[in-house]
Formats: sequence, C-alpha cells, structure tokens
Amino acid sequence: MAIWLDHRSKVIVQGMTGTEGRKHTNRMMMFGTRVVGGVTPGKGGQSVTFEEDPIPVFNTVREARHATGANVSCVFVPPPHAKKAVLDAIDAGIELVVVITEGIPVKDTAEFRAAAEEKGVRLVGPNCPGLISPGRSNVGIIPPNIARAGHIGLVSKSGTLTYQMMFELGDIGFSSCIGIGGDPIIGTTHIDALEAFEADPETDCIVMIGEIGGDAEERAAAFIRENVTKPVVAYVAGFTAPEGRTMGHAGAIVSGSSGTAAAKKEALEKAGVKVGRTPSETAALVRQVMKGR
Amino acid sequence: MDLYEYQARDLFEAHGVPVLRGLVARTPAEARAAAEELGGGVVVVKAQVKVGGRGKAGGVKLAKSPEEAEQHARAILGMDIKGHLVEAVMVAEGADIAEEYYFSMLLDRANRDYLAMCSLEGGVEIEQLAEERPEALVRLNLDPRTGLDEAAAAQIVEQVGFAEDIVGQVTEVLTRLGDVYREADATLVEVNPLVKTGDGRIIALDGKVTLDDNADFRHPEREELVDATAIDPLELRAREKDLNYVKLDGQVGVIGNGAGLVMSTLDVVAYAGEDLPGSPKPANFLDIGGGASAQVMADGLDIILSDPQVEVVFVNVFGGITACSEVAKGIREALKQLGHRASKPIVVRLDGNAVEVGRAMLEEYAHPLVKVVETMDEAARTAAELASAAMEGK
Repeated sequence: MAIWLDHRSKVIVQGMTGTEGRKHTNRMMMFGTRVVGGVTPGKGGQSVTFEEDPIPVFNTVREARHATGANVSCVFVPPPHAKKAVLDAIDAGIELVVVITEGIPVKDTAEFRAAAEEKGVRLVGPNCPGLISPGRSNVGIIPPNIARAGHIGLVSKSGTLTYQMMFELGDIGFSSCIGIGGDPIIGTTHIDALEAFEADPETDCIVMIGEIGGDAEERAAAFIRENVTKPVVAYVAGFTAPEGRTMGHAGAIVSGSSGTAAAKKEALEKAGVKVGRTPSETAALVRQVMKGR
Repeated sequence: MDLYEYQARDLFEAHGVPVLRGLVARTPAEARAAAEELGGGVVVVKAQVKVGGRGKAGGVKLAKSPEEAEQHARAILGMDIKGHLVEAVMVAEGADIAEEYYFSMLLDRANRDYLAMCSLEGGVEIEQLAEERPEALVRLNLDPRTGLDEAAAAQIVEQVGFAEDIVGQVTEVLTRLGDVYREADATLVEVNPLVKTGDGRIIALDGKVTLDDNADFRHPEREELVDATAIDPLELRAREKDLNYVKLDGQVGVIGNGAGLVMSTLDVVAYAGEDLPGSPKPANFLDIGGGASAQVMADGLDIILSDPQVEVVFVNVFGGITACSEVAKGIREALKQLGHRASKPIVVRLDGNAVEVGRAMLEEYAHPLVKVVETMDEAARTAAELASAAMEGK
C-alpha cells in the first residue's frame, strides 16, 4: 500500500490537449499510470494518441467520470481558468485532485480549497509537482526514474528538493512522495501527509522538507509530538536566507512565528524530529534510522 | 506587491471607502502646489515608504501653510527610514480626529481562509495590543467564498462594540474594505487608524495594502503601480528577462533550478564558506526554473557576472524533467554568447536525468573556466574555496 495513489487509480488529465498537459500525460503513461481520459472544454469527442493508445477527450469532468470511472484528476489548466477546472472536478465527485498549475491567484485557491473541504475531496497543490508511489502510479511531474519503491514516506513543499532527496535515498526507496507545493494556501498540508504516512503500514520512516516562511513546519512539529510514532527526519531550506518580504505586521500576529529556518528547526527538534543542515546530511540521518529497522 | 500609502488611498477611494484628499509629491515645489490645491489650509506631509515607524523617524509632519508644506517636504524627501529612501511624500488634508480604531483583513495561512481583525483601540502598535490585551482585538475568520460581506461586517462591528451612532457607518466602511480585498485581489488590507472625526465621520486615515502578484493578469492597470526606483538595478534587469533573482551580499554567484533547491544551495555555500579566509557567502538567489534553456542560462550568467562582487559562479542543477545534456548545452551556448564577459570560474554540479551525457559534454568542451564537480556539497566547497582565494588575492 502507499498513500492516496496506487495501481488501481484511474486518472484523467485536465488540460491534456495543451503542451504541458500532453507532455506529462505521456510521461505518466510511460511510467504505467492508468490515464483514462482528458478534459478540455470545447474539445470533447476528440482524442489524443500516446504510443498508439488513443485517450478520449471530454468537455467536462462529469462526462469523463461517467465514461471512464476515473477517481483522480491531474490539473494542468493555466491560471485564468484553473479555478473553474478544479471546481468542475470537485463537483463531479473526483476523490483526489492534483493541481500542478503555477501562478493561480490565492483568492481562487482559497475558494476551491474551501469547496474541496466541504465535499470531502483530497486536493494536492496548487503549484506542486504532484505525487508518486514508485512502481505503482505517478500523478504530476515528478520524474519517475529517480527512486525505487521502498518504505520511506516523503512530503515536501519544494519540487526540486523533492527530486534531490529522492535521488539521495533512491536505493532505499519510497512508499510515496508527495509534493504539497509552496503557495500560501494549499489543499494538502504537511500534517495531512504525516497523518497518512503514520497510518500506512508500508511506511517506516517519514522525511519532511520545509522552507522558510509561514508556520506550517511549526504546526507540523506540534502534530508530530502528539500523533506520530514513526521516526521523522526533516530538512528546512533557507537557513542563511536574509529576512525577506513579510506580510506586514498583521501577518506576524497570525502566525505567531518568525518563519525563519532556525525557528522551524528548533520547533521540530523539540518534537523529537532529527533535522539535517543540508540535503546530504538529512539523507545520512535517514540512512541511520533505516539501518536500525 | 506592497502598495505605498497614497496608492492604497487611491484604491480605497475607487471602492467607495471614505478617505481624506491627498496628493503625491516628489519635489518640495510639488508639495507646495499640492497643499495649495488642497485649499491652502492645514495639511500633513507624510513620507511614502513601505516600512512602519515613519512617524517616529520624523517622516510625518503637520504643515499650517503651503510654505511650511514645502519646507517639510524638503526635509523629508531623501530621508532614510530604516534603510528605505524617501522618494515621495503624500500631502494630505488635516484631520480632526476624535477617536482611532484598527481594522485589517488578511490571508490566514493556518486556517486557509481570510481573517478580519478589528479593535476600538487604533493608532497604536497592533502587535503590542495583540500581545498585551488580546481581548481588545476582535478576530473573525471568513469563508473565502463570501469574504467580508455586509453580514460579516455587521458581526464584527457588533463584537467590537462600536457606539450605537456609528454602527451603520462603520459596517458600511468595513463592507467596502471587503470589496477592496476581493476586487483588487489583495492578501492584506490594513487600516490603522480608522478614525472618527470631530463631526462624526468614519475615515480610513492610513492604509497598507498588499496585492497578490499572481492575480496581475486580471488587473492590467497595475503595471503603473510598480516603482522601478525601489528595485535593485540587477533585479530589475532580471525581472525584464523573467528571471527570479534576488541580490545578496556575497561573492559566490548561485544559479539553480527550483526555489527550494536554490535556497538549499545558498545554505550549503554559506556553510562551506564559514571557516575559509574572508568567509565567502552567496552573492544572489537565482532560480532559472524548469526549462534551463541556453538562453535562460546565458541571461542568468550575464546578470550574475554583472555583479562586481562575484568571484565565482556555482551552477547547481538537478535534472528532473530537464535533461542534464540540455543544461550542459545551455552552459556552452551561454559562454559562447558572453565571450570575454565570462571572466570568472564556473563550478557546475549536475545530477539526475541524462547526467552522464551532460557531464561528458562539459568535459569534452573543456572550457578553462568550467569545472564540473560531482556532488552538491563538494561543488559548494570548491566554489567557496575559489571565492576565498580570489578575495585573499585582492
């Protein structure tokens, strides 16, 4: 088992007829992901052929779901139309919606995130690389050949750092890797992923990658202390970054945290999490943990 | 993007939020003319900087005549307030303040919705109020799909306990501020103070607004709001090339793909430099994104090499979707384009997709300035050592 995504997942791609959508649908299918359809309003009835496999295109997610039984959607729709596309997926009863699109106005994200929660839909992203359960399914743009299947669960805000960490620990392998995205509002948080990895019998160790800004890592630390029994190793990027733009005074009141890497490291270590200073040091910490198992 | 106070004032006015008349001035003469246009009476000359505490720094002055406004403007323009150069002032009508309140609405990352905060005690340091007397600050989380509508505004006004005679007015003003938040795609709207004047009017006296850059595509009018003067010239050049570049104070130029990896690279370089002579540090943040084409690489190298402090460049790319062979090609093309301007050593670390081909291409190219190093840690050390040696040699 892996979290949220396995070999039974049937995937549709919203925006499959666009350049990015087409390119990544092809990659997903080469990896073995069951892509069953695409959605582009106005292009229903057409099809796109990948390696001799014609994949039907539908006008709406509802039509696509009825025709194919899809339960997962991967969204590549550009920012101006992304909200409408995500709401279409949510309303059609898709269980897992993965939004890859970068640059969606936060107001739009806030609105479709609220809708997803109301309908009990798992939303990943936006502005994320998606998720992969090595050997089983890959939804999004994470390169499938970096790491093999194994027992580390990885959750990360950053795309390329996800790849870097998968690369460092590729030989040990991963149950699932989730790129949750770095936008101010995201559907799936570190905490959601920690909870799922804690419950997943195939995950022995959890790696969490954070970044400066906000207080998501501090909240994750509080969650780990109360709810996570599996070993957690973390890395936070941005120790030496100068203080950047903040949200102003009101922002500091809300988060109650300085948002610096040092503050995050301290909170995580207090919760019993081992924190690496660099990706390689973090990987070494994970190896130590895995050796003992 | 953070707005200047005068830009926030204009935005408020456009959405029906009551504000005082105010004009922006960039020279003392303009300030005098503005004061005259406002009727020649009492005005306030306020430094326009995107940082708090300007009153304490002497950046806000009352003027009883246009002459005085000109004098104050002369003193304030060119001031340095917490590292921000004052390039403009706002000349605003004087207000007869009876009471001061506080209002803000912003993105609540933890709750993933919006938060409105309001207090009868405005004009003060709001962080201090929140800490010392949290009960004096009313907080209300809002469903993003409805935002701060009239019902929510009425609820806040009731919870705060505004006096009966101004309940209607304040509710109306808060609703309009909710319109600003929604219609302008703001992530922060703060009014401190929101005042009641001697004659019982409710006015937004000072506003702070942050706009969501991701929403620029539906607000074409915003291009005018960007002030090029507040941006580092190299950052401006990078922006024109669509590159995500932040100038830092160091000697190791950094290019990488993906914000997280670049941030991590800055850390690794800084650690590597800690114990070396001169303690070299990263000179910049530069994320070239997923593509890393030859042109992007050339633009990036060009900008980094224009920074006179840079002694060495560290290119750190993890080929996810991008093949390392493409990145190697990019570096080669970039060096060709730059010609003699490429004058500093370039340490390259490639990993991931098609890494062997990429490394082999660079080896075959054998450019005297390019040094390929296998791991991120080793490459950072090499770059830091080269920078340190160059600094020692000076």
